[in-house]
Amino acid sequence: MSPTPTMSKSELELFQILNHEGELVDSLPKLSKKELKHLLVSMLRVRCTDGRMLNLQRAGRVGFVGTSTGQEAAMIGSAAALKKQDWLWSGLREGGAAVMRGLPLSEYVAQMYCNANDTAKGRQMCNHFQHKGSNYPSWSSVIGTQIPHGVGAAFAAKQRGMDEVHAIYFGDGASSSNGFHSGMNFAAVWKAPCVFVLVNNGWAISVPARDQTRAATFGAKAKAYGMPAVEVDGNDALACYEATRLACERARKGEGPGLVVLNTYRMAGHSSSDDPTKYRTEEEVQPWLDRDPIARLETFLIGKGQLKKGEVKTIIDELNTEIDAVIHEQEAADPMSWRTLVEDVYSEVPAHLRHQYNEFLRIEESYGEARPGDGAFPL
Amino acid sequence: MANITLLKAVNEGLRGAMQNDPSVLCFGEDVGPKGGVFLATENLTSEFGEGRCFDTPLSEDGIIGTAIGMAMNGLRPVAEIQFQDFIFPAFDQIVSEAAKMRYRSGGQYTVPMVIRTPYGGGIRGGLYHSQSGEAYFCHTPGLKVVIPSTPYDAKGLLIAAIQDPDPVLFMEPKALYRSVKGEVPDENYTVDLSTLRSVKEGDDVTVFCYGAMVPVVEKAAALAQEKGISTNIVDLRTLLPLDEEGVLEHAKRTGRVVIVHEAPRFCGYGSEVSALIAENVIEYMEAPIKRVTGFDTPFPNTLEHHYLPDERRVLDAIEQTAAY
Repeated sequence: MSPTPTMSKSELELFQILNHEGELVDSLPKLSKKELKHLLVSMLRVRCTDGRMLNLQRAGRVGFVGTSTGQEAAMIGSAAALKKQDWLWSGLREGGAAVMRGLPLSEYVAQMYCNANDTAKGRQMCNHFQHKGSNYPSWSSVIGTQIPHGVGAAFAAKQRGMDEVHAIYFGDGASSSNGFHSGMNFAAVWKAPCVFVLVNNGWAISVPARDQTRAATFGAKAKAYGMPAVEVDGNDALACYEATRLACERARKGEGPGLVVLNTYRMAGHSSSDDPTKYRTEEEVQPWLDRDPIARLETFLIGKGQLKKGEVKTIIDELNTEIDAVIHEQEAADPMSWRTLVEDVYSEVPAHLRHQYNEFLRIEESYGEARPGDGAFPL
Repeated sequence: MANITLLKAVNEGLRGAMQNDPSVLCFGEDVGPKGGVFLATENLTSEFGEGRCFDTPLSEDGIIGTAIGMAMNGLRPVAEIQFQDFIFPAFDQIVSEAAKMRYRSGGQYTVPMVIRTPYGGGIRGGLYHSQSGEAYFCHTPGLKVVIPSTPYDAKGLLIAAIQDPDPVLFMEPKALYRSVKGEVPDENYTVDLSTLRSVKEGDDVTVFCYGAMVPVVEKAAALAQEKGISTNIVDLRTLLPLDEEGVLEHAKRTGRVVIVHEAPRFCGYGSEVSALIAENVIEYMEAPIKRVTGFDTPFPNTLEHHYLPDERRVLDAIEQTAAY
């Protein structure tokens, strides 16, 4: 069995800047020493956060975690290529990219707890992040629906003369969805300034990527829509960065959308609710342990003299301290106000919802359970 | 002020909204140079350019999905679904995305978008050019659902829908596109999105209806008048949010209620109106609440005139309710 449960594509055909051993095999992107280190730290923050969240889930403190373990280069490397004004339309596993782009870790953790500090007011299940400040819209659990949204928003950017590229993230499973087809097609027809980032992690819950399509590769699909595609080693942060940067540059110049396929591997289950041993073998996972994206960049940076041996351990300790402090603070936050039950359905709470809420409140008050702030709506 | 058709009023409403706000744009299948299969967007491309009124690829999912993204990034899209029967590929985008965006994002992201779509029977369009799917959408919190029945309302409600901060499904009774005319102001104006319209005041039986059923009910009421029954006709026109207080007031006024719609009866919009009245003002009721609706079948073709409630069936219901 091929180590990539995707398709027959030889790895030699993937765009790489660092090979598996962390050696430079193509031109180094224009990244400063500081930026390179920032990439590594951002990837480590994702891994540390995932680890802490998984612990919290096992302890029953948060309900659901979809980790990005093994995919840190794909997510962080590609998102690092976006400019501040660009938008990132996410799937399940891009929360770490939002943090890198400005989502405060406290809001990230508040979303996992769905508490009163959650900007989504606790309405989404865990692991559904958003951050308006860095143009990271709310994601729904319905697969592929964000793809045409990103295209429409890119159209709007062009229409309004805004210098924005819309990076639209989704997985191998989503490449089979309606949204992928309509999104790719509309984007090409409109020459919309967007980039499709397909993170092929090998699995859509329990369905292997090879069962999603009979196209030779995911990138091959782009041809039918009349746009270019690039197949990238998704565990090479620098290749992910450079491929995405080039696609963004093209889109920004008005040359139209492109597809960037980041081929990586989902090391853990689909989520904390999933047991991958039921549908895949250890033999399949094993080779990917040797391709760890963080270790690859670390090796490269040490070789370049930009990182000391053992420094990663120190960074991890610092990150965990930072994350633990945030967790501690968010544990203490209040649950959501009851009024949020009926708010934000419309811009104003309409009469029928005010009636429904007040009726609920009357019953709860009769049990003495309403809190200050849960008060009735004026009718 | 001009005496124009409902179709022309839609066109005027779009034109007025586009003149008023450069972020308003119209698109959909055949919406551009052709002006739409019913000509609702006629001349908008020549007047505002291809950037403001244009054709899209043939994908309802794509039309609505991209419209959502446009609305989230500063535009005011007015997307057309050529026939309401074709809307279902976009059902997911409407129900899961547009309707829930404000709620799920805690108000951070919103979708000020209008979906225009012709609905209803009467054009010999068979199963897939005739349906009235309002109930599917009225079951979706976060959406507004509007159906005009006069040219005046068509323009005023459409401009209000385009200015509204939330997604609005604007269903146009295609049977009335060219069959009704009315006085419509030349300037822009709005009609409130949660207020019913009293069509004709009467004392004996209240008939709640909307869209293409309004003229049918008016005919039935004229026949009832000949038999000495005074009918109070109410056009609900904004189905979601419904003017509940207005409905209850009108129901109490006569104590006798008939509800008319062309959509199937089971779980139809009339069920909700009936339940609302029964829950709140049943003590005022002097007769059972009656519904006159389409059959609980797919929409027929050659027999559509028997499927659609006509003045005979409505009159029969008015008479039975009055005599109870």
